[in-house]
Amino acid sequence: MLFWRGENFSLERLPADRSRVIYPPEPLAGIEDPEGAIRNALLSPMDSDPLPTLLKPGMKLTICFDDASLSLPKMRRPDTRQRIIEAVLELAAAAGVDDVHLIAALGLHRRMHDYELKHVLGDRIFDAFHPRGTLYQHDAEDYDNLTVIGETEEGEVLEINKRVAESDLVVYANVNQVAMDGGWKSITTGVASYRCLSFHHNPKTLQNTRSLMDRHHSALHQSLWRMGEVLRESGPQIFTVETTLNTNTFPKPFDFLAKREWEWNAKDRATYLATQKSLSAMPLKARRKIMHSIESPYEMTSVQAGFTPTVHEETLKHVYAQHLVEVEGQTDILTMGIPYICPYNPEGVMNPILVMCMGLGYLFNMYRGKPLVREGGVIIMTHPTYRDFNPVHHPSYIDFFEEVLTDTTDPAVMSEKWEKKYAEDEWYRHLYRTGNAYHGVHPFYAWYWGAHGQQHAGKVIIVGGDAPTVRRLGFTPASTMNDAFEIASDVVGRAPTVTHLHVPSVLVADVK
Amino acid sequence: MANPYMKRAQKLAGNAESAVRQATTPLRNFGFPFRAPTVPRGVEVPPEASGLGAHYDTGWARRPLASSIRGVITEGPMRLAARILTNPEVTGVDRLASLQRLETPPPVIFAPTHHSHLDTGLMIRSIPLVWRRDLVVAAAADYFFNKKWKAVISALALNAVPIDREVTGRKSSDLLVGLVDKGSSLIIYPEGGRSPDGWGQEFKGGAAYLSSKTGAPVVPVFIDGTGSIFGKGMKRPKPGSTKVVFGAPMWAEDGESTRRFNARIEAEATVLGDEALTDYWSARSRAARGESPSLTGPEHTSWRRDWDLADRRKMGAAGKRRRAKRSWPDLG
Repeated sequence: MLFWRGENFSLERLPADRSRVIYPPEPLAGIEDPEGAIRNALLSPMDSDPLPTLLKPGMKLTICFDDASLSLPKMRRPDTRQRIIEAVLELAAAAGVDDVHLIAALGLHRRMHDYELKHVLGDRIFDAFHPRGTLYQHDAEDYDNLTVIGETEEGEVLEINKRVAESDLVVYANVNQVAMDGGWKSITTGVASYRCLSFHHNPKTLQNTRSLMDRHHSALHQSLWRMGEVLRESGPQIFTVETTLNTNTFPKPFDFLAKREWEWNAKDRATYLATQKSLSAMPLKARRKIMHSIESPYEMTSVQAGFTPTVHEETLKHVYAQHLVEVEGQTDILTMGIPYICPYNPEGVMNPILVMCMGLGYLFNMYRGKPLVREGGVIIMTHPTYRDFNPVHHPSYIDFFEEVLTDTTDPAVMSEKWEKKYAEDEWYRHLYRTGNAYHGVHPFYAWYWGAHGQQHAGKVIIVGGDAPTVRRLGFTPASTMNDAFEIASDVVGRAPTVTHLHVPSVLVADVK
Repeated sequence: MANPYMKRAQKLAGNAESAVRQATTPLRNFGFPFRAPTVPRGVEVPPEASGLGAHYDTGWARRPLASSIRGVITEGPMRLAARILTNPEVTGVDRLASLQRLETPPPVIFAPTHHSHLDTGLMIRSIPLVWRRDLVVAAAADYFFNKKWKAVISALALNAVPIDREVTGRKSSDLLVGLVDKGSSLIIYPEGGRSPDGWGQEFKGGAAYLSSKTGAPVVPVFIDGTGSIFGKGMKRPKPGSTKVVFGAPMWAEDGESTRRFNARIEAEATVLGDEALTDYWSARSRAARGESPSLTGPEHTSWRRDWDLADRRKMGAAGKRRRAKRSWPDLG
């Protein structure tokens, strides 16, 4: 079976008769005329007046859009957000709207580089709005430009970007790559303050999020939906545009990665060998550069616009239609290859904390119903887990690794003991606000993301990782897959059942 | 008895004299068959059909061998020359992405503005490969096909087909419709020829007509800067910068006349022109208010037209050449 190992991959043997492999479904057909479909969605929205009737001369229009953490890998240009925003701007121009701001809804993510903004929005929008200062990125630490909208019954305070709060109309352009994205989450996290995010980005909420891909059983989403209600009652008028993608993830010559191994023809096998050997012979930086240069030929499978909750329910149907795979029961072991990318390292380094976040946070959560592995089972991941960090993107991750993880790997303890110090550190705050760094608190959030997986699994083994680094994460290192099964036998016995999650592309296992 | 050597020498001298006389005799003194036969009085010879101009048969230029040679020319010297002379910035190609990604991208009619002979090379270089592979250029029959050597070069290097500018020839349009129906994409200059004064000209309906006939979309293209590099009347090119802005594909709406469709294409090219000189949002806002600066320039005909043109050029790609780099003194 193919296993990702960061910027490379390997073939591993799984025990016969006791293993099953879950592959992503075939890509659905993309819409042939995406521009036409977007225009139709804006003119015939769900539970809302058509967009042209909401646009008036003299109004304040703000267009928010998802940042570079979506899509993964980045999609081939033109990006869906560009298509949506151009369609909105055409209507705004026709209606005589002059006061238009475009805001990248970053939350606590790093500011995007100009070339990333150009990739997401296209040259036309960037060249028109960036020099004017009307295309900018949200700053969750700029308290002069944040405003409190209200409070939920649970005491959660909704504090968002002032320009968004004071707009006559806010249009949000979403890329819903997985079921977790979109809905009220987009605005209530993307343009919120650190204070606001801390109400739901905490160990307690994330341990009760079962799973991130199942909104109705996610404590995180329930909190966000409560905030969404506050926003609907006391905030600006929101017009949401959501789009779904198919699973057409890899362009040639990497398309064999999306195929089932038994479908590999001679050319695919030769390409695998050539790619794997070439990547192995390359320095890490070159491998990383090649991998991050992959642009996915994703196609849009649906677009819907209008009132946020209605739109999102429709979007979820399309996301699940593409991603859902029915699976019978849980197994003792879950295996997964960790790729070179996760939502928090576009164009960057997959550091050890992100390996944990990707494995136990994202891939473990790719389920609906029950996790793929039984409670107390073993999760085996493959990744080199090098002790390597991008100091520009992840400065606080370095200190988190050296200071916090040497003290504890328990999310609740680190939240209590360390989070405040990192969140309020002036240097991290400065780097977040002026450079391209994630917020100081972000490594904590990345760690909490895996809190449910960490709590659920009896043991986590990383095959091929740097042993001291893996131990620092609280996991067990193994040299080979056979060694990993041997180590796992302490927990799950000599004849465990195994599920291999064959990602990417993305799938959501509907476990019965 | 005469000396035999003397005799031979005399004979040789005679032959040489006759050869020199023949060689120096003007051609006109030779008669038929060295000259065309004279026509007896009273006989009217029917005129021979001209193989040039709109009648030039370019079929040979679309055969595999010629296509291969053209591939080498366009991807090699033509691309290099366009790069060196025009230093182009190409934008808006992403507007064609939806068509480009179809399994079989449909043929497209590219309708660029026209200021220079360089426009064709620049367009061929800028058009995405899926359409560049099978691309035909509509070229003026009276200019590019009036001499055999020009016709051969145009057909071979550009895959040009002659189009009659003076009369609306059915032959030209039938040929172009046939080629587009077979899957070839087309470059046709709706202005009909290069700009005489640097301003654009009114669009003729050729592109709109062909689109209505074939169902192929029209892609308006605005080219900025080539007029300053090698405009009409210039003897040699002055290398500079250019900008090529592709618009979104356009189709005739149900029941829309060619004239109205052509007006829409011209309006879109006008907005693209504004976008090339300012930015996307300003251009769209001005277009919505009906204030896009006209491609054809101001109404007045005096020196003020040239004056306005200079202002426009300063804003565009041509202006880049004139902006001197500031070098600040090193004050230690």
